[in-house]
Amino acid sequence: MGVTRTCLLALVMSTLGVLGQSRAAPADDSEAIMHAHAAQDAAERVARWKDLQHAIFGTRALKDGAGVIQIEAPEHALDAALVPITLTMKSATPIKGLYLVIDNNPSPVASHFTFGPRADPRSLKLRVRVNQYTFIHAVAETADGGLFVSQQFVKTSGGCSAPVGADNAQALKDMGLMKLHLLGTFTPGKPLQAQLMIRHPNFNGMQMDQITRNYTPARFIRTIDATYDGSAVFHLDSDISLSTDPVITFGFVPDKQGTMQLVVRDSDNALFNHSFDVPAG
Amino acid sequence: MGLAACTLPVWRAAPAQVAPPWVTQEVAPGIHIREGVDEDVSASNDDAIANIGFVIGRDAVAVMDPGGSLHDGRRLRASIRQATPLPIRYVLLSHVHPDHVFGAGAFSADHPVYVGHAGLPRALSLRWEYYRTRTEAILGKDTVGAPVLPTLLVRDHAQIDLGGRVLELTAHGIAHTDSDLSAFDRQTGTLMAADLLFVRRVPSLDGSLKGWLQELAKLKSSAAKRAVPGHGPTSVDWPLGCRDLERYLGVLLRETRAAIAQGRDIDAAVKTVGLSERRRWALFDDYNGHNVIQAFKEVEWE
Repeated sequence: MGVTRTCLLALVMSTLGVLGQSRAAPADDSEAIMHAHAAQDAAERVARWKDLQHAIFGTRALKDGAGVIQIEAPEHALDAALVPITLTMKSATPIKGLYLVIDNNPSPVASHFTFGPRADPRSLKLRVRVNQYTFIHAVAETADGGLFVSQQFVKTSGGCSAPVGADNAQALKDMGLMKLHLLGTFTPGKPLQAQLMIRHPNFNGMQMDQITRNYTPARFIRTIDATYDGSAVFHLDSDISLSTDPVITFGFVPDKQGTMQLVVRDSDNALFNHSFDVPAG
Repeated sequence: MGLAACTLPVWRAAPAQVAPPWVTQEVAPGIHIREGVDEDVSASNDDAIANIGFVIGRDAVAVMDPGGSLHDGRRLRASIRQATPLPIRYVLLSHVHPDHVFGAGAFSADHPVYVGHAGLPRALSLRWEYYRTRTEAILGKDTVGAPVLPTLLVRDHAQIDLGGRVLELTAHGIAHTDSDLSAFDRQTGTLMAADLLFVRRVPSLDGSLKGWLQELAKLKSSAAKRAVPGHGPTSVDWPLGCRDLERYLGVLLRETRAAIAQGRDIDAAVKTVGLSERRRWALFDDYNGHNVIQAFKEVEWE
């Protein structure tokens, strides 16, 4: 029943993808991002990243991220609409931010994390859509303004225009529901990993009803703020590339028993607000 | 792929008569099934990968899935014409997947009633073009055609009468997909389960794992003595024939739950869940990981 396989085999960019590219790119992206075309060979991919780098970081120099930031993603994604990404960071100078860039997605900057004083930025996991064969770049920014980049190539296609699945109906129904799992034992002052799950369809505006020729309107998470007892863990500027029902695993340092507060704002300006006891009550 | 795109349309454009009839098996009196190959769509198989067929009544014929491409559908039509001159009054579309519905256009000249799950029009509207682009990238241009939507919609149960032979149709809850339709021929005790039943070829999950297990439990208690799977042999004993599917789905559910309970991530789960099933199924490596992702997404919200 060749659904998945068909997606994997299709090397050509889908018609829907092309349509989507011209209409779904958010207004705050640069012209360079919007008009850069699908890269077909290595040289074009390098040029594509150069364009993006310039659009995002201007003239600031990016250093090789080896030893500072590591990105792990499946070489062949099994599901283009849900590609798990793991980011591992290590630096003597504190890390203050992280950019995840999916070069050939319609809106390449998938995530920009800004870490707060309660963060443990050594490990991050998230799930993204990948629209076609692409490099994914992760850029860590240190407190002194240094930028360190790592990359991985991912083969898959159709993640952005992929038709909405049956689960999306559920996602819309329960929109804003959240769960927080603490992965490990709470010890005051010791770093702890937490997995945040958010019910949200994260419609990217690229799924078209071919008969009515209407698109499912875009509705996606724009920002997530995580604070612990009022002190920032992270601020995330997000975009259409996060998967349906986003799941983000992050580290934080709870100095004492307290409350993790999550504030999620989407593109319709809906606010979702949840608090979780740490350790879980 | 380039070669296929250049050469295939030439003979695709040939008139429908050149489509040679498929070899079908009469699994019960008047029920003829063509066995699909255990492959994914490729230029050499015309997407003839699903089990498709037809039921002959006293007055008319019903098609149970028109096939995976126009050519596949034309060849099925040729098989029907070889078997009977009766009119093709119904074309059942068992669910949204391309290997089952892309042959629909091959029957348009018969002006049949296209029958589907009440959720099928929306599902097809959202996916037809997406699937068509991908299928035609492999089979060549104009091998799929324009969307064909069902006009007789089944919300729960319905019957179609072929003259002395009534097919009982059931629109299922979300299972293999969110548009699964099965047909039961009481006269011969034959359940045409389409992709609610996979045998030999690894199942693909595109709806709900728990929903599928529920629908399967209901189907097991039906009066059927044999079933026609959507993939696998043309006929299996019922309910014995769903043993492998039920076991696979059970393993998927149990092991996904265990992975989540152990705090394993989705990417770790993909590498471990279901592996005990690996040697039991064709195309396991092509689908199991995707199934685990679908299962994980569903189960992690329990």
